[in-house]
Amino acid sequence: MDWTALWLSLRLAFWTVLLLLPIGIWLGRVLAYRDFRGKGVVEALVALPLVLPPTVFGYYLLVAFGAASPVGQLWQAAFGQQLVFTFEGLLVASIIFNLPFAIQPMQRGFEAIAPEIREAAACCGMPPWRALLRIELPLAWPGILTAMVLSFAHTLGEFGIVLMVGGSIPGETKTIAIAIYDRVQAFDDRAAAEMSALLLAISLATIALTFAFSRRVGRRLG
Amino acid sequence: MKGLEVELRQAAPIPLAAAFACDAGEILALVGPSGSGKSTILRAIAGSYRPQRGIVRVNGETWLDSGSGRRLPPHRRRVGMVFQSYALFPHLTAARNLMAAMGHVPRAERQARAERLLALVHLDGLEARRPAELSGGQQQRVAVARALAREPAVLLLDEPFSAVDKATRQRLYREIAELRRVLDMPVVLVTHDLDEALMLADRMVVLSRGRTLQTGTPETVTTRPVSPEVARLVDLRNLFAAEVAAQTAEATQLDWSGLRLEAARHPGLAPGTPVAWVVPDGFVVLHRRDRPSRGEHENPVKGRIDSILVTGQTAQLTLRPEHDPHLPLHFSVPLHVARRNAIEPGVEAAVSLLAQGIHLMPGGSG
Repeated sequence: MDWTALWLSLRLAFWTVLLLLPIGIWLGRVLAYRDFRGKGVVEALVALPLVLPPTVFGYYLLVAFGAASPVGQLWQAAFGQQLVFTFEGLLVASIIFNLPFAIQPMQRGFEAIAPEIREAAACCGMPPWRALLRIELPLAWPGILTAMVLSFAHTLGEFGIVLMVGGSIPGETKTIAIAIYDRVQAFDDRAAAEMSALLLAISLATIALTFAFSRRVGRRLG
Repeated sequence: MKGLEVELRQAAPIPLAAAFACDAGEILALVGPSGSGKSTILRAIAGSYRPQRGIVRVNGETWLDSGSGRRLPPHRRRVGMVFQSYALFPHLTAARNLMAAMGHVPRAERQARAERLLALVHLDGLEARRPAELSGGQQQRVAVARALAREPAVLLLDEPFSAVDKATRQRLYREIAELRRVLDMPVVLVTHDLDEALMLADRMVVLSRGRTLQTGTPETVTTRPVSPEVARLVDLRNLFAAEVAAQTAEATQLDWSGLRLEAARHPGLAPGTPVAWVVPDGFVVLHRRDRPSRGEHENPVKGRIDSILVTGQTAQLTLRPEHDPHLPLHFSVPLHVARRNAIEPGVEAAVSLLAQGIHLMPGGSG
């Protein structure tokens, strides 16, 4: 069992979910409520990671984040280290490839709120931020929770992009999914089996929790 | 100036050319077919719809003035709105729904005030229920109480009774009539139900495709429509074309497809002028079939009863006049009157069209 890799994966998943939460709420809400030119393009771009092969996606991120790229240089200037093959680089990649898993459920969650409910909030004198906190977020909560669980689980399991952008540096970018692959390559079946079982258990637990929770919310909202 | 003033104009996407005012304490009904822009007008008052040009003023305060670019955001307009679907917050209890509209009330007083308002709409004891645990009528009352909880400068009701059953609706009408005594703000009621407007409104605005066609008391609008279009919208089915035949000292005489009729005097219409005319069915009087009675000299029309529709204690009748069977007259009589006169399809009958009820609309064609 590679505890370092597990801890790294959990940290990566945690930060990915935490940073995606405001991004997803903001973008999901904009896509749900606003009509603007280029909305279709934005939606397509958000969905792109769903269909693009992870290695291809990882390759482009590698090129975009590399030391020769503007993004890579900017990062280097700001933080004094390169973006690729670091935890931070992995986190940025993770946020990008999790966009569809975070934004789409949140968008559906906001879309499920009837327009009159939002109008009613305004008629009740609630400024937009208060309507968001007291009305929209509680009602869109099942979608937001689904988004968080999906991105968490997906981050734990992502392989191709992580390998491309992060390499496999122990303690820095070697996630548990890569560790499992490593162990299999080394014919260490026992460690691979243990770690796979652990990932399976974590995935099952998160899914079970989400299902139980959304059923409760469903009952409450009738 | 107390009350609400509204003037909205735009060509697209929803055409609007509406102007009306509503005094404090007055109930103004906006009536018109679906798609006539009624709800859009309400939403423009509330601020959730932004018309291209318009003015909305409430008690002298400008909420919208496209000319000066002033536009108060929706949450800063003191509006109480009852939505057709009620739009209660499903995750909050009845009391919390009301308290959500009490941002202007000190926190410590909100609970007590919510309970008082729920008692006002006869929902005491149900404060802790969520909307899903309330009946349609109860939800509607929570929606009314929540609108009042805002202490609105204007109360807007968007088809508030359309989603409840008839018995509940009747009860809610009585309650709204009761509530009126404590309401001192302008109330705008959107409805496609004419009877509802007649029952609740002090004045009504008839709308079609976003235009205000006529504003007046329900009685005026339903007996003296300004145009055939209004007559059709307020369900005046006895709408016909005629020609002015002659002007006498007391009356204007019409030639209705060969039959001479007398209407209340409408000076200024030269003989030969085409007019549209209506007679509300309350001014169509059935003659007794067993013996003649008084009043039969007033615009008698003979014909055959074509159809009878009994609704409760009222019989709605259609008479096909002898002089032109293609111009059916609609009227209603109490059911016992229909029985006593042995009214059934096919029998001969006669009616009088009371001259004071015949209303002429110059220029139009029926």
